[in-house]
Amino acid sequence: MPRFKLPAPPLPPQLLPQPPRPGTQRGRPRTPIEKGLEGGKSAVDWIDERTSLSGGLRWLMFRKVPKGTNWFYTLGSASLFAFLNQAITGVFLAMYYRPDPAGGAYESVRYITNDVFLGQFVRGMHKWGSSVMVILVFLHMGRTFFFGAYKYPRELNWVIGVVLLILTMTMSFTGYLLPFDQRSYWATIVGVNINGTGPLLGPYLSDFLRGGPEFSATTLSRFYSIHMLLVPGAIIAMIGAHLYLVTKLGTTAPPWQRAEVKTELVEETL
Amino acid sequence: MPGAFDGETVTRRRFMTGTAHAGGALVVMGASLPAVAFAIGPIFKNDSLPWQTVGTPDMFPDDNYIPAVITIAPGIGEAGKSTVYVRKRNPAIDTQPETQFNRYIAISTRCAHLGCPVRWVPASERFICPCHGGVYDLQGVRVGGPPPRPLDRFFTRVEGGFVQVGRRFSVNSELRAFSPRDPGEPLDGIGQYLYPSRPSVRI
Repeated sequence: MPRFKLPAPPLPPQLLPQPPRPGTQRGRPRTPIEKGLEGGKSAVDWIDERTSLSGGLRWLMFRKVPKGTNWFYTLGSASLFAFLNQAITGVFLAMYYRPDPAGGAYESVRYITNDVFLGQFVRGMHKWGSSVMVILVFLHMGRTFFFGAYKYPRELNWVIGVVLLILTMTMSFTGYLLPFDQRSYWATIVGVNINGTGPLLGPYLSDFLRGGPEFSATTLSRFYSIHMLLVPGAIIAMIGAHLYLVTKLGTTAPPWQRAEVKTELVEETL
Repeated sequence: MPGAFDGETVTRRRFMTGTAHAGGALVVMGASLPAVAFAIGPIFKNDSLPWQTVGTPDMFPDDNYIPAVITIAPGIGEAGKSTVYVRKRNPAIDTQPETQFNRYIAISTRCAHLGCPVRWVPASERFICPCHGGVYDLQGVRVGGPPPRPLDRFFTRVEGGFVQVGRRFSVNSELRAFSPRDPGEPLDGIGQYLYPSRPSVRI
C-alpha cells in the first residue's frame, strides 16, 4: 500500500477504488496498467521516505482558507504565472539574442522576429507578458491594500512585495533596451538621465548603469546581465520568501466578511 | 565561566568559533569585493577621446550653425556617434574672453533636460528638443521648456588648418564652464553641489 497520502476531494462512488473480487489476491496488481501505477506509487514512496517532502507539500498546498475567498485572491498566483512565462520565454529568447551594440543586437532581434520558427510568437509572449506582469502586480498590490491584507502580522510580506514591485520595474527598464532600436536607445538615455537627477548619488548611479560617462559598448551587455541574471535571481529569492510567509501566515478574509455570532439564547446547564 | 581555566576570559571553543567566522568572512569578502569593484570600476575610469576634426575654418559662419558628426563612444558604430553644431566665435554675441579653445563654438545636441537630441532651426534661431519641448537660443541658453541649464559645449581648437572638437563641458546660465554634468542636473546656485562632477568625466 502506498504510504504517500495527500488530501483528495470527495469522489463519486463510481470513481472510488473497487474492492478486489473474491478469490483474487488482495492488493496485488493484475493488469499491466495497474502494475505500472503500482511502480509509480512505489517510486514516489521511495523518494518520500528519504526526503519527507509530502509533509511540506501538504503544508504548502492544502491550507485552510477563510470563508469569502474569491477570484481577487488569484492575482498573486497570476503574477507568479506571468513571471514564469517571462522566465521560460526569456530563456529561449536568450538562445538567439546577441548583446552587440554595433548592430548585432538589432539584427538578432530582427532575426528572431522574422526568421526563427515561432520566434515572433515567443518574442510576443515575452514582450506583451511583461506588460501583463506589471498590470497584474499592481492589481495584486491594490487587492492587498483594499482588503487590508497588509496589516499585522503581514507587514513584512507587504515590504517584500514592494521590493518585488521595484525589481519588476527594473526588469521592464533593462529589458526595454535590448531590442536596440531607436525607441530602446532614446528611452534608455532618458531613463538613465532620470535616475541621474537624484541629488548627490544620482550622477554616480548614471555612471554605474551606463558603465561609464557615455552610452557605450558596455551599457548593453550590462543591461542584459542585469536583466537576465541579477534581477531574475533576486526575484526568485523574493518570491520564495513571499510564498513562505503567505503559507505561514495564511490569507485574510475579505473585509466584508463578518464573524458569525450566535444570537439566540442558550440555556446554561451546570 | 564554564569550560574555562582559572583567569581565562576566552575559552578554546569561543576562540575557534570566532576564528572560523573571521576566516569565513575573509574568504567571502575576498570573492565578493573584487566582483563589486569590477562592476563599479567604470565610475572611476577617466578615458578622454582624442581631438576630432570636424572641418576647415572656412566652413563655419559666425551667425549660423553647421552640424558635424563626432564619435562619443568608440567601437559601437552608429550608436556611439553624436552631432555637434559648430560656428565661428562671434565677439558681438560671445562675450567671454577669447582663448585658444573657444575660437569656434561647438554646441552639443544633447538636451540638458533628459538627453534627447536637439536640432538647430535656423529660421527661428532656436535649438528645439523633440521630446519634452526644451527650447534654447543661439548661445544654447534655455529660453523655454523644462531644461535646467544651457546646452553642453565642447572645447575646440584649430590645428593644422582644421577645426577640431575636444572634450565636453557643461555651462551654467551665465555660460561659466563646469566639468560635464549629465542632463537634468542644474548648475546654478546649489545645483553644482547637489550634482557633483563625476570622476569619469572630470576635466
